Amino acid sequence: MSTTQVLIAGFGGQGILFAGKFLAYAGLLQGRNVSWLPSYGPEMRGGTANCSVILSDTQVGSPIVSRPDILIAMNLPSLEKYENEVPAGGCIFVDSSLVKRAVNRDDVKVYPIPATAISTEKGYDTLANMILMGHVIANTHVIPDEMIRPAMQKVVSARHADLLEKNIEALELGVNYQA
Amino acid sequence: MIVFEKPKALTDAPLHYCPGCTHGIIHRLVAEAMDSLDITGQTIGVASVGCSVFTYNYFNCDMVQAAHGRAPAVATGLKRADPSKIIFTYQGDGDLASIGTAETVHSAARGENITIIFVNNAIYGMTGGQMAPTSLPGQVTQTSPYGRDVNTVGYPVRICEMLSTLDGPAYIERVAVNNVKNVRQAKKAIEKAFRYQTEGKGFSLIEVISTCPTNWGKTPQAALEWAEQNMIPYYPLGVYKDKYSEEAAK
Amino acid sequence: MAEKILMKGNEALAEAAIMAGCRHYFGYPITPQTEVAAYMAKRMPKIGGTFLQAESEIAAINMVIGAAAAGKRAMTSSSSPGISLKSEGISYMAGCDLPGLIVNVQRGGPGLGGIQPSQSDYFQATRGGGHGDYHLLVLAPSSVQEMADLVFKGFDLSEKYRIPCMLLADGTMGQMMEPVSLPERSAETVEKPWALTGTEGKRKPNIINSLALAPHELEAWNQVRFERYAQIKENEQMSESYWMEDAEICVVAFGIAARVSQNAIDTAREMGIKAGMIRPITLWPFPEKALRAASAQCKAFVSVELNMGQMIEDVRLSIKCRRPVSLCCRTGGMIPTPDEVVAAIVKANEGGKQA
Repeated sequence: MSTTQVLIAGFGGQGILFAGKFLAYAGLLQGRNVSWLPSYGPEMRGGTANCSVILSDTQVGSPIVSRPDILIAMNLPSLEKYENEVPAGGCIFVDSSLVKRAVNRDDVKVYPIPATAISTEKGYDTLANMILMGHVIANTHVIPDEMIRPAMQKVVSARHADLLEKNIEALELGVNYQA
Repeated sequence: MIVFEKPKALTDAPLHYCPGCTHGIIHRLVAEAMDSLDITGQTIGVASVGCSVFTYNYFNCDMVQAAHGRAPAVATGLKRADPSKIIFTYQGDGDLASIGTAETVHSAARGENITIIFVNNAIYGMTGGQMAPTSLPGQVTQTSPYGRDVNTVGYPVRICEMLSTLDGPAYIERVAVNNVKNVRQAKKAIEKAFRYQTEGKGFSLIEVISTCPTNWGKTPQAALEWAEQNMIPYYPLGVYKDKYSEEAAK
Repeated sequence: MAEKILMKGNEALAEAAIMAGCRHYFGYPITPQTEVAAYMAKRMPKIGGTFLQAESEIAAINMVIGAAAAGKRAMTSSSSPGISLKSEGISYMAGCDLPGLIVNVQRGGPGLGGIQPSQSDYFQATRGGGHGDYHLLVLAPSSVQEMADLVFKGFDLSEKYRIPCMLLADGTMGQMMEPVSLPERSAETVEKPWALTGTEGKRKPNIINSLALAPHELEAWNQVRFERYAQIKENEQMSESYWMEDAEICVVAFGIAARVSQNAIDTAREMGIKAGMIRPITLWPFPEKALRAASAQCKAFVSVELNMGQMIEDVRLSIKCRRPVSLCCRTGGMIPTPDEVVAAIVKANEGGKQA
């Protein structure tokens, strides 16, 4: 696949933009062309937030992801808004702790994971985003495993170096999750 | 023996002001301050919009002409670009107290290390005598032909009083140039304002009660008397703020 | 080549400005460009520069005028409604022949409008925006890398020709992150004998002024300025071609619209339509030469814009209306989808009616 379009959507505060940035950096470190585009403005404060990430072996055209190959829906409104935009053969990941209904598509691959519940249970509060991201990587190989650590080092600021391992551990919970 | 000469900080350009207008006196006082502090070579002046728009031709220092009301912002940019320069603005009442109120208040609040010469003659002179923010209650102008009616257009703005409530300014004084005694005091105040700037003490504003014989419809002599009898009672002269003398007194 | 890092467009342009020698930033908060001010607020105090949050957009541009008059590289940034407020000051800058950089990260209008990306200030930017006969140099980045590169270019050209420069971006360019490299480079320095640096008693006063009450004098000033504009038009037109070698349909788009159009052209090519794109990088001067050359080869043009059709006028003028020019546009913060652009290309290819 020469171009992968990823849309991460959920509430403001769920770490949507951070997860997107991690993914974009992993692509960049691989030498691919990448773009990262957030929704912005007041709706970010407690409302819905989303982030378009494109990883490509050719020049990235539009940075806006409207037909995501991979949709990561971290709440119900996001699933409802975007589930029909995923092209046939694409992947939908949902945080099944927060999205209580099934995905109404039979032409895409669906990966539910109770990321929020896992994060609370295992002591990784606020890192449901990374648990989901791990599950995405394990199932799509959108980025190679060896890019996880270097990409995380880029996005976790030096000031919060203690959070580096936490994020990686959370991500591994998602990698190893068996439905 | 030379007993009288033109300040070096003035150019030879003939002033365009009307007969009896006190802008000429105020220009001279500003130039004398520059001469006595020997700062003309480091000074950059900001001309405003109004009768004093051509000050850039009269002061013998680098000058920039600002948009209406914006002189304190331009002065801020100049001062921040090179704090070693002495920056002053020369503004009228319409420029400073009406369209440029925000720039005036905020440059004062920031304590910007600049000097503002505020010439208040209670009227828009250049455009031919319209009501100013400082026109007195009842004052007849082209746009208040029945006299300034405070019930419909409100009251004059007293800039010195207003700005002296702020913590930012270092020195605020109101002076007049309607008689010899007042001219002498005005000279002292203007020089002190510039000196404060050279000492890095911060924002200073000198309001000068001035006249506009042409648009007031008075002879120069009658205009001076009108200023004495009507403006000065409404705009009392004196020091409204002097951070350093206050601190010295403590 | 410096290491590529991910940066937001707004931050890349701010860092580029610092690297280009700008030490004086004056601004006022407005979405979606606030990151520029935030970045400058962090960086400037550490490098001996000035970051000042002005009381208004009007004050901010006048502070730029002051710093530029002193001969320093100065800038401000804002978004559409704020640029309207700055327009008075921009006109004075043009009238005073002062260089400087004004960044407009456009959002939808008119009025308070919205905060989503837009290109609806095209007329305002390319026609001057304020009162009087003047132009700005207008640069339109379409990637984060260009957000940075065009800042350098903008400052250099602005000083070379003594013309204010506007970087006309949009909310997408400001907010998106892409890999960017910021190579160390030194600013092109030009002599500024006109700058207000104090006479030091050694020269006659410099006067920076846009007032000339004698009409013949004002006319002469304007004519001299327009001679410089003619040089800029001759020397500084910039555009990028995409798939133009054999193109029959020429898309014209800048900024985010060009990014979207690129996808659409790829799709059109897959459909067998010979589509290509000219992407203006300078909006003023408009790349007339490239457009004129394309008009000899292409049978139709499609102007893709985030407004109700503004640049389309320049496209038509450039090709002297020799070919049909159609419009593909969204406005109010909406962005055309690649599919919408493909549809416009298909229609143009079929000889659809001129919009």
